[in-house]
Amino acid sequence: MATDTQLASWEVFMQGKPGANYIHAGSVHASDKKMALQNARDTYTRRGEGTSIWVVPTDAIVASNPDDNDMLFDPANDKAYRMPTFYTMPEGAKAI
Amino acid sequence: MELVEKVGTIQEEHLKSFEEKIERGDAIEPRDHMPESYRKHLMRQMSQHAHSEVIGMQPEGNWITRAPSLRAKQILLAKIQDEGGHGLYLYSAAETLGITRTEMIEQLHSGKAKYSNIFNYPALTWADIGAIGWLVDGAAIVNQVSLQRTSYGPYSRAMVRICKEESFHQRQGYEIMANMMKGTKDQQAMAQDAMNRWWWPSLMMFGPHDSESPHTGDAFKWKIKRASNDELRQKFIDKTVQQAEVIGLTIPDADLKWNEAKNCYDHGAINWEEFHRVIAGNGPCNKQRMAHHKKVHAEGAWVREAAEAYRLKKGQ
Repeated sequence: MATDTQLASWEVFMQGKPGANYIHAGSVHASDKKMALQNARDTYTRRGEGTSIWVVPTDAIVASNPDDNDMLFDPANDKAYRMPTFYTMPEGAKAI
Repeated sequence: MELVEKVGTIQEEHLKSFEEKIERGDAIEPRDHMPESYRKHLMRQMSQHAHSEVIGMQPEGNWITRAPSLRAKQILLAKIQDEGGHGLYLYSAAETLGITRTEMIEQLHSGKAKYSNIFNYPALTWADIGAIGWLVDGAAIVNQVSLQRTSYGPYSRAMVRICKEESFHQRQGYEIMANMMKGTKDQQAMAQDAMNRWWWPSLMMFGPHDSESPHTGDAFKWKIKRASNDELRQKFIDKTVQQAEVIGLTIPDADLKWNEAKNCYDHGAINWEEFHRVIAGNGPCNKQRMAHHKKVHAEGAWVREAAEAYRLKKGQ
């Protein structure tokens, strides 16, 4: 016999329009995939906010730790040559 | 001893980085370090906010079967569904602080967690549905617009979503009042009666005067709260008076008058005795609201159990 719980938590990601990135909308509670999708629809798209929904069990999300931010993100800061503006283009060159 | 000192230093560093973030205006996210009292304050405020949305469905639900037209019924159903949705956004956001949905509901049922006092008043006539949308949602919007800039990311994001949806709530309520004021003498009297009963409780929604508000200090320092109770109340009064005038309703406050020097309305004294009496559990509907929530929660247990049993059976 199953016990009374508030059911598992699922994270909801929505695509606002075709071709757009999926963006985190919030979370819902549901016992299975089908209910999670249904609840996400009812909770987050009452006004045509989305064209597609992903639901993911909350405990399947792996998040970075803010304490590691320096280690994770600093190495990107000193590589200006990854930016197009780093390069000097010859005078007069077009469409580049 | 050395270890204790080290732990102390780490805690100080965490507090410092938290305070710097707040100072810069950066949002605090669930995994960021935050003082325990910040977390506690948010849990209390956000769960109270979520409970208010859900309990707020009751006075309006009372009118679904008696809405005067199919149009009115569809609108009321959509509005009440929104309120349920708002409760869910806020429960989800509060859960990111480490409190479970079960704990929040237990706290509501035990009386440890509160909900907005306004929902302890009954919706007696159809005009009350107008007054609730226009005044109660109107007051809530003023508060929620300010909370869009609150420092806790998940709370702020829930507020942005809620504010987008709330303006339809206020407009549908104002439309009901406007239509009744264009109607018969009886309908006009009914609208004015609803106005008379909902005006003062709506002003009380903003909470005690700043001079009396016990939680304000930290909430401001940490940018949980972005405007004071009195500032928000004033904003609500200033925009609502004109709306009442346009449709011919009288604000039930003999002392209400425009203050040229301050560029805002002065209002009469709020009956705080009534406010405290209702908060203490002695409003017209406190017992009914809580009994209904407990009953529905208990009666819905089999649905949750069946859903879990189905999941186990399918081996998901």
